[in-house]
Amino acid sequence: MFRAGYLARKAGQLALTLFAVVTFNFVLFRVLPGDPLQLIARSGHLPPEAVARLRALFGLDRPLLVQFWYYLRNLSHAQFGFSFTYRRPVSSILAERMTNTIILLGAATVFIVLLGVGLGVFAAARRGSRADSGTVVTALVFWSLPTFWTGMILVFLLGVWLHAFPISGITTPGAVYSSWFDQTGDVVSHIFLPTVTLALVDIGQFILITRSSLVDVLTEDFILTAKAKGLSRRNVVWRHGVRNALLPVITASALYISLVVGGAIQVETVFSWPGIGRLIYDAVLRRDYPILEACFLIFAVTVILANLASDLLYQVLDPRVREA
Amino acid sequence: MATKQIPLADRPGARAALRRNWDLIWSDGLGRLGVILLGVVAVIAIFGPMLFPFDPKAVGRSAADILQPPSAQHWLGTDELGRDVFRAALAGSRISLLVGLLATAISILVGAVIGLVAGYYPGWPDSVLMRVTDFFLVMPTLPLVIALAALFGQSLGIIILVIGLTGWPSTARIVRSQVLSLRERQFVVRIRSLGASDLRIVGSHILPNVLPLIFANTVLVIAGSILSEATLAFLGLGDPVHVSWGTMLHFAFVSGATGRGAWWYFLPPGFGIVLVVLGFTLFGHTLDRILNPRLRERG
Repeated sequence: MFRAGYLARKAGQLALTLFAVVTFNFVLFRVLPGDPLQLIARSGHLPPEAVARLRALFGLDRPLLVQFWYYLRNLSHAQFGFSFTYRRPVSSILAERMTNTIILLGAATVFIVLLGVGLGVFAAARRGSRADSGTVVTALVFWSLPTFWTGMILVFLLGVWLHAFPISGITTPGAVYSSWFDQTGDVVSHIFLPTVTLALVDIGQFILITRSSLVDVLTEDFILTAKAKGLSRRNVVWRHGVRNALLPVITASALYISLVVGGAIQVETVFSWPGIGRLIYDAVLRRDYPILEACFLIFAVTVILANLASDLLYQVLDPRVREA
Repeated sequence: MATKQIPLADRPGARAALRRNWDLIWSDGLGRLGVILLGVVAVIAIFGPMLFPFDPKAVGRSAADILQPPSAQHWLGTDELGRDVFRAALAGSRISLLVGLLATAISILVGAVIGLVAGYYPGWPDSVLMRVTDFFLVMPTLPLVIALAALFGQSLGIIILVIGLTGWPSTARIVRSQVLSLRERQFVVRIRSLGASDLRIVGSHILPNVLPLIFANTVLVIAGSILSEATLAFLGLGDPVHVSWGTMLHFAFVSGATGRGAWWYFLPPGFGIVLVVLGFTLFGHTLDRILNPRLRERG
């Protein structure tokens, strides 16, 4: 399926990019701003002996290159350092929060991809009609909504005003569940508003990309042939059109990952969803740099891997690229 | 740019081209809507704070002044300190626009220079610059911007720099691909054989041909920059002195305005953001359709 040379090149690029991200992260949080000791101690009035002891303890008296080596060694053991505010290793905090973010983003992504592609096909198949331009305008309007503000409006409308959905957290505090089914229901009612918020804001680009790609494909000769053969409209659009129009959508989904990561930070903040995004918000407010650093690294690596995955998927699906 | 460059509007035929493009935008329904929205925003930002100046120190005197619904005295109610929301939102428009425009200027400048150099010099300058561009392209923007803003501090200048210096990769890519195709064209080859310097070729012959594309891209980048500023400010990383729409929404969120149902507090700044971003997005999409050669050929 892949040529060995291509895979080797991709692996090399991946290694280089990952190294660049890790280095960038190290430089960003260690070299550029003030004194890390002041951050740990939260005070500028430490006796010199205490400063020296802390420096030795954290290895800050070593040359930067040696510190970088320690940093790489710790990362290879999934050690992200020690949180200033939680007073616990960052890795154990991340482990708790990660699942919640994955659940939220997974739910939103299913919504966005299915609905986005569906609406894009709907518009492209009716190119030039009122339904088409209406869909495009709606997509552009939703694209222009700030994610956090959309969340606030949903909180106000459906949570505060209509009392239809809970507006914060992942479960009802202090709830006792009679069954596993009850508990799932509670989580689903909590996840509803954050998912809808993410879906509303990020669905626009999927609609637009699917639409413009399918509009292109539908002007090609083989579509004319299919129509001339007397195939049904539905058959022409879905079997001949959509299958060939999905390639740009796959490229777009890598971009989507980097977008939805930003969306997660905003939505989790508004809905107090206990994931990585809310962790970042709290870390920003309390200037908890070790947490911020680890979260940034995790998100960056996720986006890089998503890009690689979409590249490889593209190769599998499009024989023309494979030949080149 | 070359020193003897004649201003765009004075070149023969340029005025007619501007006129024609303007007509194309105006005859497009979405383009017209975008222009109208931007006009409304411009009027709000220019005249609003002049007619209704906002005094951040004019706080309420008692608990009865706090988070009050709209009244004859306060058209859009009061915030959690008892200040006038209507006037605050008008003042915020200027900050949001200022940050968006200046950050975009930085992004476009950096992106255009990198794109021009990479496109014009194939070989190592191109591969090095494109590696760097790809690196910043795959970085998740919001976490990066948050990390930078949290590290460097909360002032308007820092926010502009951070958003500007993270928003250039897409511009660099677009400019580069256009330059790549231009530099092989006959007229460039001929000028080069006449002995024109690289600076002259790029400055007076390639750049003018890339400018329309850069312009269309600029409009779209402004929309993104304004959204970035709003998000950053909402997350508590805005300049606390110069209050933008995003900062207002941060204070609305932190003071629990949504939970208390104080819609007059969190709706106006959000509508402002949507108005501006939608205006620039619609205008930019229409421009792109008219000026982008790749899209134009498709018809």
